[in-house]
Amino acid sequence: MRGSHVIAEAATLAGCRFYAGYPITPQNELPEYMSGRFAKLEDATFIQAESELAAINILMGASMTGARVMTSSSSPGISLKQEGISYMAGMELPAVIVNIMRGGPGLGNIAPSQQDYFQATRGGGHGGYRTIVLAPYSGQELVTLTMKAFDLADTYRMPVVLLGDGLIGQMMEPVTFPEPVDPATLPKKEWTLSGAKGRDSRLIASLLLDPVKMEQHNWKLARKYETISQRETAYEPYLLDDATLAVVAFGTAARIAKGAVNRARKEGIKAGLFRPITLWPFPETELKTLAGKVKHILVFEMNLGQMLEDVRLSVGTEAAIHFHGRPGGIISTPQEIADVIIKLAYRHELD
Amino acid sequence: MMTITKTIFSGFGGQGVLMMGYVLATSGMHEDKHVAYLPAYGAEVRGGTANCTITISNEPIASPVASFPDFAVLMNTPSVLRFEGKVKAGGVVFLNKDLVDVMPKRSDIEVVQVPVNSIAQNLGNPRSANMVMIGALVAKTGLVSLSTVVESVKEIFATKGLKVHEINAQAIKQGAAFVQKNNP
Repeated sequence: MRGSHVIAEAATLAGCRFYAGYPITPQNELPEYMSGRFAKLEDATFIQAESELAAINILMGASMTGARVMTSSSSPGISLKQEGISYMAGMELPAVIVNIMRGGPGLGNIAPSQQDYFQATRGGGHGGYRTIVLAPYSGQELVTLTMKAFDLADTYRMPVVLLGDGLIGQMMEPVTFPEPVDPATLPKKEWTLSGAKGRDSRLIASLLLDPVKMEQHNWKLARKYETISQRETAYEPYLLDDATLAVVAFGTAARIAKGAVNRARKEGIKAGLFRPITLWPFPETELKTLAGKVKHILVFEMNLGQMLEDVRLSVGTEAAIHFHGRPGGIISTPQEIADVIIKLAYRHELD
Repeated sequence: MMTITKTIFSGFGGQGVLMMGYVLATSGMHEDKHVAYLPAYGAEVRGGTANCTITISNEPIASPVASFPDFAVLMNTPSVLRFEGKVKAGGVVFLNKDLVDVMPKRSDIEVVQVPVNSIAQNLGNPRSANMVMIGALVAKTGLVSLSTVVESVKEIFATKGLKVHEINAQAIKQGAAFVQKNNP
């Protein structure tokens, strides 16, 4: 099944019943599938908005009613949505936002890229907020992470970003789906705007003019982000037990890195892979522990060094950090990365 | 048997190039192999070029991109010019003899020519030319079994009815038979 279709199906199975979006390559297959899928459901709404701005603001309203909601776009479209995402972070509204990244800046091209790491992991819009960022690397993980994104969004009342790229969105792989979640069985949200008949009225707003209230609200968000950092980091270790060199890569790059690690192993080099699954919160502690053991770390990204900064912050001086990256939609081959690993191993006389 | 094989399908839009890839990937999946289907993705136009890469492997697939494919199915002349040089040494290229009017210049690859349009025409359904080719490819390479391909095609075209399936099955078998006779 095609990656973008997998996301749409997994969202539906997770109980998502509201989608608003605006077309952009290379993720058009997602809304295409969603429109057909939702047409078969009585309780689901699909809206092709007149713009990205409209889509995110429609989503904001839908989220206030308590529904599980999703939008999707690709890099330039996600930039347009940042204002709304910031508002939703401020109003503590859950939503799943899919970014199938393409080359940039500007309109860039439509080839696979990881050039939006900074934007995704630093909030993206104004106001010092965070979004949880999940980085799937296979068709099957698109299923689990899409579904998990909705749970995280509801649990923490915030936008969650699913960060893929054109390759993961276009590639078809076999996947298996779990049983669907019945939206009626999800925990009741006690904060929704559903008509104040029989209860006190509620207010959801991001405008807090009183500086004291604004500061209290920002501290509340900070405490939430702290909790998430402690509880929700996820990563996959691969052949790290005896490794002397660890590659750190996420998403499509991690897939290629895995192939490279296997090739390096065949050459007798003890290479392994550390694959962050959550990009925010970044698995800092786990990476720092690993850095104490491996001494050499190679960061590989489909950009010119963005996660690299998080690796540096996590690792400090525990290990030497090297970088290899290709921007703009060029997809490195496993052999290309294997060659970098092998060169490093010889240069530093690694076992 | 190699553990990982990559096959590129290329032609112009309408020749069923992406469908061939989809059939091969689906067949691999039904044989419990790791498979990945990657369509070329660019600013394409109707009637323009189309190509896709299928990876079939006994191990998890690192990259679905093929820099040097093992096999190439080339349905028209522009595809030959574009992909001939990329095929791995010792690899096999499958040419649509009816539409390709150049021969690969390389001597380190095997060339299999199949008149898929003529065979499909004789079967009474010109649109099944891609099915003839997938039969030829599978018979020559053994990437998956012929019966799995027939079953996968039946599944993919389930809504088209039994008549279409019979034509497809015939086309696959004729493609296989042609290769077994001419390029064993």
